[in-house]
Amino acid sequence: MSARLLIEAAGPGVTIQDEGRFGHSRYGVTPAGPMDLGAYLVATRAAGADSAIEVSLGGMTLRAEGATLCVAVAGGDFDIRLEGRPMPPACLLPLADGARLVLRAGASGAWCYVAVGGTLDLAPTLGSRATHARSGLGPKPLAAGDALMLAEAAEPPLEPLALAAPWLAASGAPIRVLLGPQEDYFTPEEIEAFLNARWRIGARSDRMAYRLEGPAIRHRRGHDIVSDGVAMGAIQIPGDGAPLALMADRQPTGGYPKIATVIGADLGRLAQLRPGEDLSFRAVEWDEAVAARRAYFAALEAGGTREPLGAEMTTESLLAENLVGGVVNARD
Amino acid sequence: MDDETPRFLDCGESALSVEFGDSVDPAVNARVLALDERLRAAPPAGLRETTPTYRALFLRYEPLEISRAALIAAIEGLIAPLDADARALQPAARWTIPCCYDPEFAEDIGEAAALLGQTAQSLAQLHAGADYRAYMYGFAPGWCYLGGLPQALAIPRRATPRGPTPQGGALIGGALSLIAANPMPTGWYVVGRTPERMFALKRDPPFLVAPGDAVRFEPIDAETFLSLDARALAGETVARRETLL
Repeated sequence: MSARLLIEAAGPGVTIQDEGRFGHSRYGVTPAGPMDLGAYLVATRAAGADSAIEVSLGGMTLRAEGATLCVAVAGGDFDIRLEGRPMPPACLLPLADGARLVLRAGASGAWCYVAVGGTLDLAPTLGSRATHARSGLGPKPLAAGDALMLAEAAEPPLEPLALAAPWLAASGAPIRVLLGPQEDYFTPEEIEAFLNARWRIGARSDRMAYRLEGPAIRHRRGHDIVSDGVAMGAIQIPGDGAPLALMADRQPTGGYPKIATVIGADLGRLAQLRPGEDLSFRAVEWDEAVAARRAYFAALEAGGTREPLGAEMTTESLLAENLVGGVVNARD
Repeated sequence: MDDETPRFLDCGESALSVEFGDSVDPAVNARVLALDERLRAAPPAGLRETTPTYRALFLRYEPLEISRAALIAAIEGLIAPLDADARALQPAARWTIPCCYDPEFAEDIGEAAALLGQTAQSLAQLHAGADYRAYMYGFAPGWCYLGGLPQALAIPRRATPRGPTPQGGALIGGALSLIAANPMPTGWYVVGRTPERMFALKRDPPFLVAPGDAVRFEPIDAETFLSLDARALAGETVARRETLL
């Protein structure tokens, strides 16, 4: 019998993502892709998958059918239960035929990736399986009753294993940005105000943009620019002065000045903030941003350590021991 | 800004905007497209994707493979003098796109005509009589922005967006026209509708008009719209392409 993954429950905004739909931005196509690329890569590499389910704060329940599946989970600090047993927030596990995996919003984090070893039987559109709901490209957002067929199921591990998840070390460090591309639309005082402010993630934030609540940022010379390209993490200041951090589902071009752009190494940390949580920004130079990028991807490469779970291990004890230890190792 | 030298603006550490100007201008756009073509013909290692817009070329790159300085040096080696870039002003192709201006297909034509001191008929004639340049795509897949709108049809965009556009809506807003590939709310005015699919996943190629191409609208009546729409639905390309270069 062929292997399937049954979605028994899914909150809003649970989608399939791969690294993104690249190569068509010149025709107005949004790349989409994961909100937290690092966590996505950990999950997909651990499971041997070419795409993952991106789980929102709404959570998800799924069940294996037809085979024991190799499943990896990584992302925010979600509450994860395998047949009722708590799992660490980043783990690689065998999901036995008929067994149920439940993911719910946990202590922190906004997105979590579930990767299934093998190939999901989903036809790519424009070369990608990433869902971009707004333009209708890629699979529809997942809903209760959906079934994902697995073309080739990978070999599952014999028992659940904890994965190193260095990003889970709680960090209130400022989100690093490079100024620009349109910092010249703002006075030095307004740029200072932007960098010194304490911001809060607004309630109407989603895969397209995170709204930043705080002081209004005023433009020096008008708020309309001739539209140009938009990077993920660009912080756009529209006419009302309330910044928008443009995320994975952003439009490929935009017509408001962008005061700064979040560096690649901190995009996942920004993405994992929930509505109502606070943040601040710190400006860095290109060299520092690239050094941080190099360290970030190196830590992900090195982060493939897998630890068996002790019999009495709880999520809490894992966080206190294995995972925090993993963080120190990854950083050193 | 020096006319010859573009500005290089960081968009984070893995994207760069090469800005040739700050206006919607065919000569500026020609320089963007000329650089885009040269980069695509011989992409430096580490360059991932280029996105041409009105006045800048957006580059996505991997800074762990190519430094910002090396990328800029490679670009500077490809930027030709203005007169050479001006060749890119000449469109490679001209598209004739059928467009129905009957009010049932042009939901806002009466409203826009009243605001512009035109009649629906004179607005349609002006819109269909102009030569457009496809500057860029943006907003959503297949949304193609066109320069060359007659001055008499320049119209401020709505303060509050209208409901979703029809598929294939021909829109006007500001000093531009736009073909809206799929239904979306917009602040622009719908003055016509083409049966052509600006974006069709099952067709090869999925997108028809290339940035820099010339575009004209050919007025059609409602009956012709319906018959062309049926053919376009079946996968046929009902716009006509003429190679110019």
